[in-house]
Amino acid sequence: MTNPLPEQLRADAASTPPAPRPENDPAAAPGAEVAPDPSPDGGSVAPTLAQALASPAAAPDAAPETPGRLDITGEWRRVSSKAITIELLTNGIAVVVVAAAAALVSVLVDHPWPWFPGGAIIAVTLVTLAFVPRRIRSIGYLLRDDDLLFRRGIMWQRFVAVPYGRMQLVDINRGPLARAFGLAELKFVTASPSTGVTIPGLPLEEAESLRDHLVSVAESRRTGL
Amino acid sequence: MSDPEQAPPAPRHAVADAGTAAREHVRAGDTLADGQWHRLHPATPLLRGGIAFLAILGVVIANLRERLVEMFLPQFSGDPRYDGEDYDPLTYSFTHGYIGWVLFALAVGLVLVIGLFFLSWRMHTFRVTDEAVEVRSGVLFRTHRKAKLDRVQGVGLSKPFLPRLFGAARLDVNVAGQSADVKLEYLSTKPAEKLRRDVLTLASGARLAEGEAPLPGAAPAGVVSPTDGIITRHVVERANDFFSPELPEDQAPPESIVRIPVGRLVASTIVNEGTLVVLAVVVVGAVMLVNGSTWVIFTLIPAVLGIGSYYWTTITKSLRYSIAGTPSGVRIGFGLLSTSNDTLPPGRVHAVQLSQPLLWRPFGWWQVKINKAGLSAEAAMGGKANTTVLPVGTLRDATAVVQLMLEGADVDSTFDQVESAIMRPQESGFVLAPRRARWIDPIAWRRTGYALRASLLVFRTGVLWRKLTILPLARIQSIQISQGPLERVLRLASARVHTVLGPVTPTLPTIAKDEAALLFERASAAAVRAAADDHSHRWATEVR
Repeated sequence: MTNPLPEQLRADAASTPPAPRPENDPAAAPGAEVAPDPSPDGGSVAPTLAQALASPAAAPDAAPETPGRLDITGEWRRVSSKAITIELLTNGIAVVVVAAAAALVSVLVDHPWPWFPGGAIIAVTLVTLAFVPRRIRSIGYLLRDDDLLFRRGIMWQRFVAVPYGRMQLVDINRGPLARAFGLAELKFVTASPSTGVTIPGLPLEEAESLRDHLVSVAESRRTGL
Repeated sequence: MSDPEQAPPAPRHAVADAGTAAREHVRAGDTLADGQWHRLHPATPLLRGGIAFLAILGVVIANLRERLVEMFLPQFSGDPRYDGEDYDPLTYSFTHGYIGWVLFALAVGLVLVIGLFFLSWRMHTFRVTDEAVEVRSGVLFRTHRKAKLDRVQGVGLSKPFLPRLFGAARLDVNVAGQSADVKLEYLSTKPAEKLRRDVLTLASGARLAEGEAPLPGAAPAGVVSPTDGIITRHVVERANDFFSPELPEDQAPPESIVRIPVGRLVASTIVNEGTLVVLAVVVVGAVMLVNGSTWVIFTLIPAVLGIGSYYWTTITKSLRYSIAGTPSGVRIGFGLLSTSNDTLPPGRVHAVQLSQPLLWRPFGWWQVKINKAGLSAEAAMGGKANTTVLPVGTLRDATAVVQLMLEGADVDSTFDQVESAIMRPQESGFVLAPRRARWIDPIAWRRTGYALRASLLVFRTGVLWRKLTILPLARIQSIQISQGPLERVLRLASARVHTVLGPVTPTLPTIAKDEAALLFERASAAAVRAAADDHSHRWATEVR
């Protein structure tokens, strides 16, 4: 899954103001038409915030009900499948370490009680191992014109939209295992500690080009905090 | 101002002119913001070390307790079984002839401490240039902190009780970032007030000076004359400062738009859920006491004292509350004995929340809290740093404060909207949670919803604890929707907006799944658009 960023995205990275949406906009929700613009003239004449609060507005039409789970459609880019291997290995190492510690302590104290907590931890880890592949595959990101979408989770799904201009910094972290597999983790930091956009399992070159892309688009869209 | 990337897309020369004008205005007066290095108030070490001094004094007194009791109250001269000879350092040094050495050591220690304090005071300097506020401090480990003015989130002037007696005040220049404040503690009160205004003027990069005549550098007339002796002058100035209104006359802002009657403040502090717990504890304690468990009194009395002092600090902190809009932002003043006075430039409010605890409902009281950037985590969580911009008020007061926070002035037009948003969200353009949400949220589902206005996202939540959260779209950091297994079964989802850290956590606990997806799309697009239109980081250079 080592597909570097689309050339066109990188090329127009520095193009300044938010361009009108292209037709193949992945933004539209299932069943939703183009979202009614809250400000009729597209926000060119920005009323003050207080005026916005004072002006009455009718509720938008109710969204049509659709079956299925919460989803935002689009061409989500998934993380490398090697990330699954890494996650499995990490958990495996944790199991071995816990088992070794339990064994050592139980030999030292000559009693099997260390195996009770140790065994519980090992059992829980082994059960979660079964979900690792799906969990990693659920992680995805989507570069739109003006914001970055991030998703993760199967049971507890989570979608986050971060405007590029909100970026404070981008981190690339590589643990020893990730380095062995040529992967990296990209962290998008905003002024809010709860944004929590951390994309693991990106091939290094993809992570780096993504970082450069994010930095340049953030630069062209930067405003105050 | 010389940083082209920071400047909003206004004509360059206009920005430069405005900057120059602001600079010249500031420079015209006798100011600390002249780009030179200055020192702090000479009493700074004493005031900053005040608590340490008290602690040391406390330890010494505790150690000499026996001796003091003996000295003043000989009839209670302690436990006869305890002769104290080897334990009391005074007796020990006296009987062993070390008194000279002790005095010498004390003198050396005192000289060292004073010398260190003096050195740290000398090495602690600050300057305000056109671009930044800089502070250099430290004797062995030097630190140099520089805060760019266009990142200023607010300027606070606070006068804790002890420094206030010395005519000193603390100036906090808040910039975004975890505990990234630049603290100037302490400065003399008058220069500090002037410096606060100058920092804001420079930070706004603007001609906001126009309305204000430059100061001739005069003291308040008829109060202090230079011919008075230094002591008289000091005393008169202190008294004047202590009882005068917080703000200097030359820039007296419009009158506070909200007043809190003392009775309401006291009542609102006492009427809350915590008081019920306290009452229950007191009743239980009293019953146990009557039934002969006298030990209860030893836990009950400290507890009651502690709670009483909590009420006392809460009330005195909010006494003499004032809030008013000024050209450089909203100014909020608090405090009776220790005062604080924050100025919040426009566009620095990341979230506003009106809330009403259950017990306040019969009285119709509301509270307004905000999220603003630049708080440390614990200050934000602990409700410090004056994030409560209205401790208690009627809904009309709360609306007026919200208006100010959103840079508006017309309370009447907003009042109806705010009231209907709170009382009748279904009639005022809110997208509410569907009926099936009652399985998750049996009471509050009728009142849970969102509305997207031109530049605002509004969340309405809570029935018992009514809340209205108003989020300026241009300040939103990110938007999240999520769905857990139970929500999936019911085709529901929840939404959350991430802002900077603060007492307000904007969440929408339940909403129909498809509405959540739509909210996600609309709000994220609107947030991008609002941020692109926003120029408040150098607020006064905006096109007028």
